[in-house]
Amino acid sequence: MTGFSYIGSEAPRPEGADKLGGRALYINDITRPGMLHGKIKFSDHAHALIKHIDTADARALPGVRAVITANDVPEVRYGFLRDNIALKSGKVRQFRDEVAAVAAISPEIARKAVDLIRVEYEPLPGVFSPEEAMADDAPLVHEEDPKGDPVVSNLLPLKCVHQSGDLEAARRASAHITEAEYSVPRIQQSCLGTAGCIAEFDLNGNLTVTAKTQIPFLAQRDFTRVLTTLGLEGRNVRVVVPTLGGAFGSGLDTHGYEYISILLAWKTGKPVKMLYSRSEEFSYLSPRQSAHFSIRQGCDREGKLTFREIEVTQDNGAYGSWGATYPNVMLVAATSLYRVPAISFNSTIVYTNNTYCQAMRGYGNPEVTWAIESSLDDLAEKVGIDPYEIRRINSNEPGDLTPMGLDLKTCGLKECLDITAERLDWAVTWGKRPDEPRGLGMAALINVGGGGKIYRSDGSGIILKLDDFGNVNVSYGGVEMGQGLHSALTLMVAESLGVKPESVFINQTDTATSPWDVGTHASRGAFMAGNAALGAARKLRERIFAAAEEVYPDVVQQNLARLGEETGPDEFDFRSLKADQFDLKDGWLFVPKAPKLPWLRVELGRLLRAIHFAEEGGKGTTFTEESFYEPPTELPDWEKGYGNMSANYSFGVQGVEVEVDEDTGEVTILRLVAVTDIGRVLSLQALKGQMYGGIAQGVGYALYEEIKTEEGRILNPGFTDYKLPTAADLDFPIELEFVETNDPTGPFGAKGAGEPGMVPTAPAIANAIYDAVGVRIHDLPITPEKVLKALQEQKVPS
Amino acid sequence: MKTIEVSFELNGFPVGTDVEPHLRLLDLLRDVLGETGTKEACGEGECGACTVLVDGRAVNSCLFPVGEVSGTVVTTIEGLTASNGELSWIQKAFLDRGGTQCGFCSPGMVMTTAALLAENPHPSESEIRSALTGNLCRCTGYVQIVESIQEAARAGRVNGL
Repeated sequence: MTGFSYIGSEAPRPEGADKLGGRALYINDITRPGMLHGKIKFSDHAHALIKHIDTADARALPGVRAVITANDVPEVRYGFLRDNIALKSGKVRQFRDEVAAVAAISPEIARKAVDLIRVEYEPLPGVFSPEEAMADDAPLVHEEDPKGDPVVSNLLPLKCVHQSGDLEAARRASAHITEAEYSVPRIQQSCLGTAGCIAEFDLNGNLTVTAKTQIPFLAQRDFTRVLTTLGLEGRNVRVVVPTLGGAFGSGLDTHGYEYISILLAWKTGKPVKMLYSRSEEFSYLSPRQSAHFSIRQGCDREGKLTFREIEVTQDNGAYGSWGATYPNVMLVAATSLYRVPAISFNSTIVYTNNTYCQAMRGYGNPEVTWAIESSLDDLAEKVGIDPYEIRRINSNEPGDLTPMGLDLKTCGLKECLDITAERLDWAVTWGKRPDEPRGLGMAALINVGGGGKIYRSDGSGIILKLDDFGNVNVSYGGVEMGQGLHSALTLMVAESLGVKPESVFINQTDTATSPWDVGTHASRGAFMAGNAALGAARKLRERIFAAAEEVYPDVVQQNLARLGEETGPDEFDFRSLKADQFDLKDGWLFVPKAPKLPWLRVELGRLLRAIHFAEEGGKGTTFTEESFYEPPTELPDWEKGYGNMSANYSFGVQGVEVEVDEDTGEVTILRLVAVTDIGRVLSLQALKGQMYGGIAQGVGYALYEEIKTEEGRILNPGFTDYKLPTAADLDFPIELEFVETNDPTGPFGAKGAGEPGMVPTAPAIANAIYDAVGVRIHDLPITPEKVLKALQEQKVPS
Repeated sequence: MKTIEVSFELNGFPVGTDVEPHLRLLDLLRDVLGETGTKEACGEGECGACTVLVDGRAVNSCLFPVGEVSGTVVTTIEGLTASNGELSWIQKAFLDRGGTQCGFCSPGMVMTTAALLAENPHPSESEIRSALTGNLCRCTGYVQIVESIQEAARAGRVNGL
């Protein structure tokens, strides 16, 4: 028994009715009077000099209001490395490069005008893989750094390394060592709602951007820089977030199309909307990074891990986004998934002429977990113990301080392992079916669960505003993108303040009205929002109870008068209560020690009206409180790979049973069990949704998804050729179980739950394939062709 | 550009308007009639977000030429919601069982469900999954959508719908 009224309940999501009724407004649905439609002319080459841009015909087309190139607008630099420019001049470095843009009175005219822009190029040799880009005589993607200084290689200036323990000694002391290479492809976030924005200036030069973003406040900062560039220093930037048709990391950076929309709005004096088509979304929005791993792990005779070495190389594409910092997050699992006494981690991020990459759910963690958890099964086999056993004996424990300095206040990994094994009948099934092409596999995860400190502040503010009717309006800067932040936040506000969830209303996220928040990423939304809400609710309760000291006796007296009741002299004295004697629950103020008499209960709205409109004149009091929560975390030193970047860590295990068709190489998942330590269930419906959805993306990553490119050009920019899992593909039972470790840092004990679902799915499937047919796949996705090839190689005696 | 006249029934009301013949039913609904509940997510019939009912049949409105709409009865997501805002039993089931997350695929999912249950009030799980293959969802993994449709089927039976 938790004793909560609403936490853990299966209440439906507050914005669900509008979504199901077609009433929720996405960027796709929003228009403005006089609005123009923007369209971008993208590069025709992966790497080329721009010799000439002819926009005369486009400008002459009726209905066109502006055509801009780098010659027509000030240079707008962006990206966290400041290596990207909104409109390119000089040269293009990827097919995605923006060379010109149009604003017109309709999308059709904008499209026609873009087709009329002619660009002359002088093609340059390109580099399309890290190997090509790191070759001695490789052409440079960027000849200069953002400051104009010459650069000598295609390596990004980002360092993320870790060394701990005595690696040499650990290697020598190891009874078994396994070494292998693993890789993961680029995949697309594939939000059903495509990217877009509306940029508009008022006549004082203030800018409002309605943006499909996960980072309204960082976007505000980025767009404020643009105003300075445009000579509008000191003007206001407001970022408004509409209903998001999914995000999954794609909204973690500001994008070229947003800057170009701002420039077009500035040029035309009109609101400008830019909306990507599906093929533009695939070709001109950044996918997840591909990565290559070399991993070596060792253990003693019993299977206790002795060391782990990981080298990762990432194909970054042509410009830096936050996605270039995946290794920062990889460090968490690389150093801290299981107890490993000696660790080496090194990362190399390389510019190429491929489309630049960005964040996606898990942010490096599914990638590195693919390598670690595949490799661990190999090691178990060398020791001669089963994969469950090797995980169990190396499991992290609560109270561990890991080599990265992660403080594992709570850790349910062992319990997750045990429950998974039990649910799958592991002891009697794994490795016991040599004649059947069926097998079991499992893989574990660690994920940041209490924010992820990658900026100096990882904080979040909230405002709770009570009105005269006992309703609470919540202003929060984090973003609901489908994950269920509003479901969890509604329940947490209701629980912490003492009102009913139906009295909680969450405002649209808007930098003009919401307090600052760093962004919705790293599974942090519910954790941060909840801790901020707890702070504001505490303040509101104190003030309500203090005010009740004065007003409560009058209201009770009115209650009695209404009911025609009188109190006897020996009855409860309600006239001289102190603030600490009140409580508030389900929207009613009451005195816990008092007898349960109806006139002693006061509905919150009535109490607030009584305070507001007191007979002796209102006291001018409003009940609005804000709170800012900064988690107790450290900004890691990336050159040492050390620092407690999150307030807590979520753990989990997924176990899978598969069947492999040995004639076709086809892998069928028969069942999947996911057991996750999320600290505490906040909104059960939303949490299940996060887990099921994460697993589905994990299955897509494991078996189907890959952006195919040829010399930098994306070959499958649509759902016809890019395979997303369908309802029929996912026709197997998924059993979820949650381990509640009640973390002391979490709101109600909760840890982040947004990303874990996707993290261990691929290695669990690969490990099950190994148990089924004895082949180890090293490169995602695990297509039937790869499985078949591996099966054929297995038959050839080496 | 030469326009054509179309007349049909939309969510119980007659519609008569002149439109450009190259438009898709999706454009007519969203851009001409302002009914933006129907979503466009791919524009090539792969994802089902734009699913509407034409004479009771689920179609991708992004592939439906506007010239063919005359004389038909079209139902969109707006038509399932009562004028007092009450959701249909299908939408309620999606709400109660967590069948929506970002919500962008939801109108299409609900309309596909309406067509499925009209034709097959007692679908098995595999019949539900096979009916959903033309509707992509990136958020849910479909589990709660399938449960929503099972719930809707039960509620539909109870309500005699």
